[in-house]
Amino acid sequence: MTTVNEQVAIDHGLKKDEFKKICDLMKRTPNLTELGIFSAMWNEHCSYKSSRKHLKDLHTQGKRVIQGPGENAGVIDVDDEDAIVFKIESHNHPSFIEPYQGAATGVGGIMRDVFTMGARPIANLNSIHFGSTQHKKTKNLLRGVVKGIGGYGNCIGVPTIGGQTCFDESYNGNILVNAMTLGLVNKKKIFYSKAAGIGKPVIYVGSKTGRDGIHGASMASAVFDDKIEEKKPTVQVGDPFTEKLLLEACLELMADDSIISIQDMGAAGLTSSSIEMASKGKLGIELDLSKVPCREEKMTPYEIMLSESQERMLIVLENGKEENAKKIFDKWDLDFAIIGKTTTSKKIKLYFDSKKVADIPIDFLAEDAPEYDRKWKKTKLPQKIKFKKENFKSLKVNNCLIKLLSNPNICEKKWIWNQYDHTVMGDTIQKPGGDAGVVRIHGTEKAVAASVDSSATYCFAHPLSGGRQVVCESWRNLISVGAEPIAITNCLNFGNPEKEKNMGEFVECVQGISEACKYLDFPVVSGNVSFYNETKDKGIKPTPSIGGVGLLKNYKNMLTMDLKNEGNVILVIGKTEGHLDQSVFARGILNEKKGPPPEINLFNEKNNGSTVMKLMREKLILSCRDVSLGGILIAIAKMCIKGKKGVKLNKLKSLINKFEFFFSEDQGRYIIEVSKKNLKKIENILKENSVHFDNLGEVQKDNYITIDNEKISVDELSKHNKNWLMEYMVQ
Amino acid sequence: MNSSVIIFPGSNCDRDMDVALKKFGFKNEMVWHNDEKLPKSDLIVLPGGFSYGDYLRCGSIAGKSKIIKSVIDFAEKGGLVLGICNGFQILTETGLLPGVLQQNKNIEFICKNVFVKVNNKNNKYFNSIDKDVLELHIAHNEGSYFCTDEELKMLKDNNLVAVSYCNEKGEVNEKSNPNGAMQNIAGIFNKEKNILGMMPHPERMIDKYLSGEDGSIFFKNLLNNLK
Repeated sequence: MTTVNEQVAIDHGLKKDEFKKICDLMKRTPNLTELGIFSAMWNEHCSYKSSRKHLKDLHTQGKRVIQGPGENAGVIDVDDEDAIVFKIESHNHPSFIEPYQGAATGVGGIMRDVFTMGARPIANLNSIHFGSTQHKKTKNLLRGVVKGIGGYGNCIGVPTIGGQTCFDESYNGNILVNAMTLGLVNKKKIFYSKAAGIGKPVIYVGSKTGRDGIHGASMASAVFDDKIEEKKPTVQVGDPFTEKLLLEACLELMADDSIISIQDMGAAGLTSSSIEMASKGKLGIELDLSKVPCREEKMTPYEIMLSESQERMLIVLENGKEENAKKIFDKWDLDFAIIGKTTTSKKIKLYFDSKKVADIPIDFLAEDAPEYDRKWKKTKLPQKIKFKKENFKSLKVNNCLIKLLSNPNICEKKWIWNQYDHTVMGDTIQKPGGDAGVVRIHGTEKAVAASVDSSATYCFAHPLSGGRQVVCESWRNLISVGAEPIAITNCLNFGNPEKEKNMGEFVECVQGISEACKYLDFPVVSGNVSFYNETKDKGIKPTPSIGGVGLLKNYKNMLTMDLKNEGNVILVIGKTEGHLDQSVFARGILNEKKGPPPEINLFNEKNNGSTVMKLMREKLILSCRDVSLGGILIAIAKMCIKGKKGVKLNKLKSLINKFEFFFSEDQGRYIIEVSKKNLKKIENILKENSVHFDNLGEVQKDNYITIDNEKISVDELSKHNKNWLMEYMVQ
Repeated sequence: MNSSVIIFPGSNCDRDMDVALKKFGFKNEMVWHNDEKLPKSDLIVLPGGFSYGDYLRCGSIAGKSKIIKSVIDFAEKGGLVLGICNGFQILTETGLLPGVLQQNKNIEFICKNVFVKVNNKNNKYFNSIDKDVLELHIAHNEGSYFCTDEELKMLKDNNLVAVSYCNEKGEVNEKSNPNGAMQNIAGIFNKEKNILGMMPHPERMIDKYLSGEDGSIFFKNLLNNLK
């Protein structure tokens, strides 16, 4: 066995002073197995050592919150007996090395987090970011990731109801794959990871342990270099069929009261699952690693502890329930092994072939793990760009619209979501492609809406505003389908925290997220942090992905964005100031990449959203879409495309020019379609609530968007919007 | 009317099928793949999913499963057997239906609404159905039907191509073929027309809030024909 010294520790991703701390705590040099365990528990991915300090500031409380951050997933109350369990998680590093398996196991991992808590997964979403569409790797990575996500979710039979895809050159060397799952659970039957009781059997169930994924969590806590191909063996291999069996078997066992605590073996496998259970329960744990079902020969304790083989769970059972539990796992043809017990020692003690191979106080691994207050730098708000008249002189609205609708970040993503089963389970009432996906809570009148958003461009320009904005965007998306926003999960993707700029981006984005969450009463209930998204010194733009969840008390009141009837009136809720800086228009048409992101006025955001909800409750809105990338006209164009209708726009009464009016990305706005007969009533409600609105025009039967004397064919726009990605992928 | 839905460990449309059958008045029971006997049934359904993971060939292990012997017996005695998606794949693996389902031509999973033309109404499944074109939903990776020339001739001579992919107007052409299936075949009968295998999922189209409602027409009609 390798002798442990400082170099070995460094090879495990530990810093010199961290190794010294380990030796001091242990009062001896750890053996290799112990060092492996320390390195797994102390890496960034498992210990949150750079982020913990700042995450404490997140707003995590709310009247519907049953479980906030700190468990396998967050839980919210959705009335009656029902609760929704949900979380988003990153699988960035593995997906760049091996896109299919990396993405697939990302989906597998997040679903396990959800059903570990007793919930049946009812919807998946994802947020995926790739490099420039010109970059040579992008197409293959996109194809692989989409196939991987589909391959896993489709097999399990959970609908993928939404997501978000972005392209930006900052992801050329580090793609992002964030997977989110929502599950449904009975409020009284939620399972937690905290172990309790002494001498309780510790059970291993699921797939056998192999050598795949060893040091996966450490790999995810390091920057990439030229040798990433060598890291392929650290990517896990997914087996969705076994996960399906594991899901059914666990839910079957959860029907009675045999389980004390349960934890999936995700990052850092058996190590982190056993230690977390013991740590939360303030207990010790003793495992006999010879009893762990292995699929490869001669696996060492070190390998068994660090393997990240998928589709495995660790369970602490009530005494005497072993036989019944085994019967269930036999029925589903899954391995079942009693591998240890809980103890009073507050230590993890591992045995192999009757010899003790590790003995570490649990606190050393969990509570004593390093926590850093890293240095960080504030990002100043950039100067506003003064666009001149000449900038717009040669532009035509029609051409701009076509160009923006076929922009990779705005175009329709059907090529992607046609590869995801989005209708299995028979409750998907809003498919991907809308503001949010919606699934019914089976057998009830209720439905949940979910969306995923990120705004890396804004976050890069000014992290504090960007952090606020992305939460607001999520809140708006949920409202736009008729849901009451309840809570979010966040996946915080950043560069190297050891660099002051990157750490500053993290700190300020988190601050922005926290402020918006607090103001909107839209708490964070779960999430994860992914640092070190950096290759050869080039980091990604700061990319917090926000997964929002909302409730529709009656699914029949759901809203969609497709325009419904000619003669109806189109209103924009919220004030259009003409802020073009950092917009898709500024970047794509004016070629201007500087300037501040649009300002977030949280008061207006909340007031506008709440008033839109009020109009919805009175059933006054016929279709709705939030105004986001590309501004008003892109929103209207998409509503026209979906509804196969046209719109005749009124003459502008605004002081700003038409490009600023149509394409600016001012926040807190919605486009709504209302019937003429209700217009007065609606205007009164808006005025009573001090909500600014503009009457934009009327829905037309003919398929044209008419602006002054310009007629733009919706069919033509639709073609550009729909074809871009398809054509790109077959080129 | 009594129906039974077989659950293989990797089935994932079993609940959806159960919901649909019950909604339209069947008394449905779920049957575990390791059982050997079927309950008394007027209709056996093999639902969609990934039976045993389908890492080998789709449906191949299911075609040799414990329960399948009873399903074959039941079918050979004239009992109604409906296989949807993975169920269709399993039926071809058992030999109850000819041909195979290959990987989609674009080598991608496809999930979307499609139109199918009902070619033969002289059977329990489609008798007196008042539409010639149904809008259904597909969700599969291996749905491209293929068979030998002799088998194809046999299917055509006996009018056994139950449903073909078409457009909204009922035109069967290359553009309306989502997965490269031979002659746009979406579903077929056995000679006696008591066995129907098809790729589209009627159980996902059973109320107006879902992708459509033509699945309701299918189930209502089937129940009426069995009465």
